[in-house]
Parts: sequence; C-alpha cells; structure tokens
Amino acid sequence: MDFGPYLLLASMEGAVQAAVLALMALGLSLVFGVMRVVNIAHGEFFMLGAVLAWWFTSLVGGHPAFGFALALIGAPLIVGLVAVAADLLVLKRLDYDPERTIVATIGLLYIIQQLALEFYGPDARPVAAPFSWRIDLPWFGYSGYKLFVIAAAVVIMLGVWALLTRTRIGLVMRATQFDSETAQAFGIPVGRVYTMVFGLGAMLAALAAVLIVPIQQAHYLMGGDPLLLSFIVVIIGGLGSLRGTVVAAVLIGMSDGIISVFFSPTLAKILATLLVALVLVYRPTGLFGTRTA
Amino acid sequence: MSGATRKGVVLHLGVVALLAGLQFVLPAYHHGNLARVMVLASFALGYNVMFGYTGLLSLGHAMFFAAGLYGMGLAMRHLGLPALPALALGVLCGAALAALVGLLALRTAGVAFMIVTLMFAQTGYLTILYFGAFTRGDEGFVIPRAARRIGALDLSEPTTRYFAALLLLGLCLFATLALVRSSTGRVLIAIRENEDRARMLGYDVFRYKLLAMVISGAMAGAAGAAYGLLFGYVGATFASVQYSIFPLLWVLLGGAGTVLGPLVGTLFMFYLIDLSSGFTSAYMLIAGVALVLLTLFAPRGLMGLVRARLVPWLP
Repeated sequence: MDFGPYLLLASMEGAVQAAVLALMALGLSLVFGVMRVVNIAHGEFFMLGAVLAWWFTSLVGGHPAFGFALALIGAPLIVGLVAVAADLLVLKRLDYDPERTIVATIGLLYIIQQLALEFYGPDARPVAAPFSWRIDLPWFGYSGYKLFVIAAAVVIMLGVWALLTRTRIGLVMRATQFDSETAQAFGIPVGRVYTMVFGLGAMLAALAAVLIVPIQQAHYLMGGDPLLLSFIVVIIGGLGSLRGTVVAAVLIGMSDGIISVFFSPTLAKILATLLVALVLVYRPTGLFGTRTA
Repeated sequence: MSGATRKGVVLHLGVVALLAGLQFVLPAYHHGNLARVMVLASFALGYNVMFGYTGLLSLGHAMFFAAGLYGMGLAMRHLGLPALPALALGVLCGAALAALVGLLALRTAGVAFMIVTLMFAQTGYLTILYFGAFTRGDEGFVIPRAARRIGALDLSEPTTRYFAALLLLGLCLFATLALVRSSTGRVLIAIRENEDRARMLGYDVFRYKLLAMVISGAMAGAAGAAYGLLFGYVGATFASVQYSIFPLLWVLLGGAGTVLGPLVGTLFMFYLIDLSSGFTSAYMLIAGVALVLLTLFAPRGLMGLVRARLVPWLP
C-alpha cells in the first residue's frame, strides 16, 4: 500500500479511537467539572459496560443486531445504577472530600475489577457486530461498523450537549458546577444533582464500551488503558472544560492511532504520559481550560 | 530524653526484640513471609514519612521502590557490581528519583499532585517495559544465589535473610522516630496540619516537602534494593500501579502518622491477601473493600485508633 492510503487507514483507525475516547473522557470530565471529584473507577465502569454487553448479546439468539440493541440500552442502565449506588453508599458519606474520594474510588476500582474476574473470568470474549457491511474504497475495504461507531459517538455527544444547554436538568447541572453553594441556596437539590451526574458519567463510559466491544474484546482488565488516556484527555483539555475535553480527545485519539501505526505504541504512551505530567505541572488549567482547578 | 521519648524508644526496641525472638519459633513458611513483610513495611514506612507526616498523598511510590530494585539489579547484572555497593546504589537511585520528581511534582498540590505522581510512575513502568532488552520487562530476571552475599554472609540463607530484613526495618523505624521527634519533623507535621500557616511563620515549605520526599524515596529505594537482593528477583510488576496503591493501603490500614502503623498495616494486609488467595484468584477484592471501608469508617487506621483510645503518647 502507498503512503497516502496507509495514512488514510491510520487516521480512520484514529478517528474510531477518538470517538470512543471522547465519550469516555466526557463522562470523566462531567464528573470532575460538576462534582470536583476525580473518579479513578471510571475505567471499570467502561469495563463493566463491555462485560455486560457480552452478557446481553449472549442472552439473545437470532440476528446479532437484537442483542446489540439490548446491550446498548441495558448495559449503560445497569452501570448507571451501580454508579448511583456507589455515590449514595460511599462518595456522599465522604462529603466528596477530593483526596478521600480518590482513595475510595481506587477501592471501587479493585472491587468492580475483581468481581468481574470472579464472575466473568479471565478470558477475553468477542461480541458480534450488529451488522457486517463493508465499504469498498479504491485502496482497501473498510468495516462499516467502525464508521457507525464514529457516527453514534457524535450523536451521543450532541445529545449530552443538548441536555446540558437546552433542558432544565442541564441548567441545574451547570448552576451546580458554577457555584454549588449558591445553587443550594436557590433550592437546587445539589446532593441529587451530584448523584445524577455521577450516574450519567458512568453511563457515558458504558456506552463507549458497548460501541467498542465488537471491535475489541471484553476483558476484565480492559479498563486501565482507556482510564489513563481519558485522564490525559481531560487534563490536556482543561480540567472541567467539556469543549476542551472533546477537542483534546479528537487530538489525542487521532495522534495515538496514527503514532501507534508508525511507531511503537509503548513509546507513544510514554511520551503522552510524560507530556501530561508536565502540562499539569506548568499549566495546571490545561491547554484549553480557563478556570483554575 | 523526655518521658514520652523514652517510652517511645523502649516500645520500638521492644517491637524489634519481639521480631528478633520470633525468628527462633516461627515455622519456615511464616518465617519467610515475615522477612518479606519487614522489607515491604520499610517501603510503607517511607511512604508514611510523606503521606502520614507531611500530608503529601503520592499515587506513584512504586517508581521509587522500582528505582531501588532496578538500580541494584541492573548494576549487578550488567556492571557486575558486588551486593553491598549495588544496595547503596539502589538507595541512591530512589533518593535521586524522588528529588527529581519532587522538584517538578511539588509545584502542584492536592489532587493534581496525586495525578502527576501517578503519571510519572506510569512513565517509569512503561520505560522499564520499553527497554526490555536490558530489563527483561514483565518477565524480569533472577539474581544468582552466588552474587547475593555480603562478605561471608549469604543473604539467600533464611536466617541471615530474616535478620537482614529486620536490620532494614529497624533502621527505617528508628530513622522515622528520630525524624518525627526532631524539629524538622515538627515542621513537616505543621505543613500537614496547615501549610499556609507554616509558610507564614517563615518556613520554606517547598524545601521541607522536598526533603520529606527524598527521605521517603530513599527508604522506598532501600526497600526495593533489599527486596531484590534478599529474594533474588527483579521484575516490572513492582513498578506497576498496584505497588503504588499497596503502601497507601498499608499506611491507611495501620494508621497514617504513627511510626508503628505501617508495620501493623503491612502485616495485617499481607496475611489477609495471603489467606484469601488460598480460595480465590480475585484476592485484590479484599484490598478494594479494605480501602473503601477504611476511608468510610476508620480514616485514622488501627494504630490511630489505639492512640486515640488507649495510648496517647504513641509516636
């Protein structure tokens, strides 16, 4: 293959990466923005979504599209409920103290991951794609499902944007993010908003997982890498800035996809991690952020 | 020596004597385990200097442990250094890496500090994997028995190994005790309690924090180097996130800001995981549940409770 088509293939792979990463990082960013809480267990919500997607599709026989549709609705719902339970049972009782919350979510990480190991097992399991169209380009054929992932991610992100800017719930969320004490004084049930946001953030991770699982496989340790990448995205994009998060996700997902094709993925990860640490040290508000964290 | 100080010294001498006595009565399996626990507890003691006394929560301490482990291991493997200089080199690597990371990471505070240390540790872990040709990556390498000796002492022999581990633990224990009783230690505690006030009183907060980090890194490096030397294995697992979470867990469980806490926490957790891994492969579940329960119900840990309820002079 010539360099041009090869680069096109690499950037298409990168775009799929970026789409899923953007969804997941959006969840993390939303939780951090509104609640000022760093959720280390976010990657495990992603993993749980993928594992549940496998479970749902294995329940339903017939055309794989039925199982997939069920997973697309069921997995985020269950993951959202798990997150709500975690918020009510643990985070709320810690009063969302930033440092203690991190320690507690590390605990949650191990609890979810190890329960998955216990009940789902150590194997990676595939999920059938809902359809198997191929799009024939002049140089290579490309999976239509991957393009669907990109489109679906864009639709979901537009949905989140509409939710935040066009609905009353979104207004309440933004008010809480802007100044939770004043919001409380105006009668906004801040506690309930926090629970909802934590659930919504987890659901976004689960959605990302259901979308990616026909391409990757479901495995109990799959949450680690996306968590790290989402951290990188959220920090580069500016802590708490949703627009920055999406821009950074596209930037990092694309470049990670392209760099991994041409160079060693480990080297790409080393450079990205180091870059982020230095960004946090020298520009704590991120490259796009304006608000101090 | 004031009364409380004398009591503290006597108590810790008692603990060391008890551990020395245990060596003669323990069955072989627990004998080996306790040697391991004592080395890991030294790692936790180092973590405690930063987290328990200075209030700096690092999520990347595995990199200092690994710096000691690899500083020692690579020097023996590729440079053919004898055990004692390699051990010293390991300690030095831990301290030097802590100084370097501290210079950068201490510009941030709170949550940002936690994430920056996590990221640096991840960089370290990936770097070890990337240079797999030298480090043998995930697989790791074994340090041959013949090389694991200092003078006439064979460090792979169980009794010698036990006393070497005890010596390391004793050194770290009394170094911590001396530190927290010194004026420097009191400044560190002041920074933990109220950083702004400490700064306003004229203390150079950055320098004290850096000092705490270097001491902590040196202890972690010493523990890492000793671990490799005593048990003969060097591997990338020890640089992974899990080994950054463990010292946090041990210190939280035993009691942050108490000298004996890290030892108690390490011992407790080691046996909890040891027992549970007997009947399930998901033994890290115990660690997760412990972390959540501790943050919810006992943020001061076991020795913290002992200090609050029974022994107010506990250092």
